[in-house]
Amino acid sequence: MTEEHAHLVPYKTFLLIWVALLVLTVITVAAAQFDFGALNIWIALGIATLKSSLVVAIFMHMKYEQWLFKLALLAALAILAIFIGLTFFDVLYR
Amino acid sequence: MSETTPTAVDRGFFGEANYPGILGWIFSTDHKRIGLLYFWCIVVFFSVGVLLGLLIRLELFAPGETIMTAQTYNAAFTLHGVIMIFLFIIPGIPAAFGNLIMPIQLGARDVAFPKLNLMSWWLYVIGAALALTSLFTGGGPPDTGWTFYVPFSAQTSTNVSLAAVAVFILGFSSILTGLNFVTTIHRLRAEGMTWMRIPLFTWSLYATAWIQILATPVIGITVALLFVERIVGTGLFDPTQGGDPIMFQHLFWIYSHPAVYIMILPGMGVVSDIIPVFARKPAFGYKAIVVSSLAIAFAGSLVWAHHMYTSGMSDMAVLVFSFLTFIVAIPSAIKVFNWLATLYQGSILLDPPLLYALSFILLFTIGGLTGLVLGAAATDVHVHDTYFVVGHFHFVMFGGTGMAFFAAMHYWLPKIYGRMYDKVVATVAWGVILIGFCVLYISMKVVGMQGMPRRYYDYIPEFTGINQLATVGSWILAFGLLLMFVNLFRGIFKGEPFGSNPWGGATLEWQVPSPPPTENFDDDPVVTHGPYDYKKAGIL
Repeated sequence: MTEEHAHLVPYKTFLLIWVALLVLTVITVAAAQFDFGALNIWIALGIATLKSSLVVAIFMHMKYEQWLFKLALLAALAILAIFIGLTFFDVLYR
Repeated sequence: MSETTPTAVDRGFFGEANYPGILGWIFSTDHKRIGLLYFWCIVVFFSVGVLLGLLIRLELFAPGETIMTAQTYNAAFTLHGVIMIFLFIIPGIPAAFGNLIMPIQLGARDVAFPKLNLMSWWLYVIGAALALTSLFTGGGPPDTGWTFYVPFSAQTSTNVSLAAVAVFILGFSSILTGLNFVTTIHRLRAEGMTWMRIPLFTWSLYATAWIQILATPVIGITVALLFVERIVGTGLFDPTQGGDPIMFQHLFWIYSHPAVYIMILPGMGVVSDIIPVFARKPAFGYKAIVVSSLAIAFAGSLVWAHHMYTSGMSDMAVLVFSFLTFIVAIPSAIKVFNWLATLYQGSILLDPPLLYALSFILLFTIGGLTGLVLGAAATDVHVHDTYFVVGHFHFVMFGGTGMAFFAAMHYWLPKIYGRMYDKVVATVAWGVILIGFCVLYISMKVVGMQGMPRRYYDYIPEFTGINQLATVGSWILAFGLLLMFVNLFRGIFKGEPFGSNPWGGATLEWQVPSPPPTENFDDDPVVTHGPYDYKKAGIL
């Protein structure tokens, strides 16, 4: 029923992603040194989303999976976004 | 009513095990054996929870110290909450009766991942064992209440860390059960079992399973953060280190409010399945009940901060979450009206399963309406953290899910064991339970309205009379429960054998022998009619 689907990703890609993750971490730390006001959270969440997307897409092979798995992941992400979004009705208006 | 009345019971799946003795149970991948493992564990934990509840009520019989110290009292209500929530109500109906009945209702031979199913039970047992270990090791039993609120939970020297690990593991058990059920319902339906022919109990499990998958990871994250806060002092919830204690409450309730629907939705499913059978009528508004289950699952996930109106969060959040809370009342009311419309002009048989289902409707409706008092911010501020809240959630959780669990026991356990209990004693027990329940929890609501705070060890002398009334109610309730369990268990082990279909149900579980054989069906069933079509099923 399940088809074994080994997808080979070249080491070069893994290395590049690793470097990208390191660079993004440096940007996160650097951005934390400045106060952008309400944008702080958007910048932090934006970088974090980009980093986790790279990990999920390449390291966890989601890029090569069928649409159903991608949909399931997106649904979970949408729920997470709703949870975080509704929490901001509290955090932003205190 | 049954087609045949055999004098002896064929042992069905009880007669076939892969290993001898107890090993044949704890290493079995048969969904019915796993369901019974869950059931008996849950009954044991429920009994312990009841005992703790009785002790709490006894302590509150009079002001001042009655039978235990304040510290013991804190531990007692924490343990009562943790056991009842995590070990009884959450797994109660889905893990026990979902496992026992859902695959048969779909026409499947087992769940989609039988080994994963066994692992869920093992995780449940390990989590439960750790929760119990936390009582006797480290700094003593946790005293935080089942909500583990910071800052107290981050500072108390009691054994909160181990309890947090236990909750983490129990969460995984719940997630895996959810995954298993969703996959089973999608992939293992028999030929002809279209989505609109799925029994409403299984539909409710489907909605529940999605909440289990999507919301339970959040409690895992929450208790993990609490754990590291205690061990290394990360300061995430500590304002002096830039943290936010209210964030803990958000994280906690993002899971724990949807968990309320993990608890109640399967109960609603049980009631939706029982009422048509005993009214001899198809379920009124089948599709509306299905849609309302899904709507409750979705909308119920967006209302968590209504537990936090007095926490100091923003007024904007109070407004938004109060509004969202009222939305959940709509699908809940749709269900209640559909059940009543199903009963209307039915040929009603007042057998014990229906009696428990009817008390579900009554008590859940009272609990739900008092919930609106709490959902409206203006009134909540006055009764927040009083006994009114305790009365409210016992009406919803015990009067709702608890009664549905009892209804499910009286409806399905004879099917699983092939023997019937004494219906007269079951009916008497039901009456005693209902009286005890009302005396106990209505008293709580009244004393809460008068201003008695929850979780307090002591109270002013003016509250003595009503507290004593509540305690007497707890004795009546406990007696009723004892009567019910003794009668039921005596019945399923020693009662009269019956045919395959004692109640006249049209769903698939009533078409197989009692007890069902190991793989449920000799030949794969083909479904030709809806779950409540008694004419086509040849019952009417």
